[in-house]
Amino acid sequence: MPSALINVPPKAKRGDIIEIKALMSHIMETGYRRTAAGDVVPRDIITNFTCRYNGAEVFRADFFPAIAANPFVSFFTIAKESGRFEFEWIGDNGFSETASASITVE
Amino acid sequence: MHEKNQSTRRRFFGLAGGAALSGAVPIVTLRPAEATPAMLASAIRNVVGEAPVRPGKVKLDVPPLVENGNTVPMTVSVESPMTADDYVKSIHVFNEKNPQPNIGNFYIGPAAGRAQVATRIRLADSQKVVAVARLSDGSFWSTSIDVVVTLAACTEEVL
Repeated sequence: MPSALINVPPKAKRGDIIEIKALMSHIMETGYRRTAAGDVVPRDIITNFTCRYNGAEVFRADFFPAIAANPFVSFFTIAKESGRFEFEWIGDNGFSETASASITVE
Repeated sequence: MHEKNQSTRRRFFGLAGGAALSGAVPIVTLRPAEATPAMLASAIRNVVGEAPVRPGKVKLDVPPLVENGNTVPMTVSVESPMTADDYVKSIHVFNEKNPQPNIGNFYIGPAAGRAQVATRIRLADSQKVVAVARLSDGSFWSTSIDVVVTLAACTEEVL
């Protein structure tokens, strides 16, 4: 079962620069490993990650096999208004997961 | 006669060498086609096009000595005021010797406030890691760092 770990400060002052952390459990199989029998283990990775803040995209990333298993990203954004952060991960074999977190801006 | 001697000696050395190897810790280097400095350069060209890439403004934090190449913490930050008319658009990270030269592309904007991203990467060998930043004025800046990896990623067999 895929599961996400999100870290968004629950409260912030308007104009603060806040750090957001997101981790999704995923094997991130590179497609370059082989079994003992010599067969290539097919690639299975998350390829895209997006974060939206009240609907507006604030961060996006393209992942390649060189991103470690259970991909983790940390980035910053300015706390503008109370609302929701929505996170989306898309990957091989139809992988698609979302998560969200809310913030109160004073 | 002379030839026969030589071949026996060669065979002896071959056998002795083989025995010594099998006695030692097996070092498995199952390395698939690895990226080359030329692939690194072309991967960077794919992002920047014909634009010049200047050194500076970008800071790449990766431990210089890595024990486990399967998960290497990496932080990239770019010197930028991050205002509406002077900001970092994207950060691209590349490597020299993994099977593929790309590591990740990160798209930010003035709403980020601070041009800094962190993630965890895989390194298949001791190699150079390069970060390139695209600024809002269309200029490109980069930095690179040499990383020594003792246990490489992607090389172990799956059972």
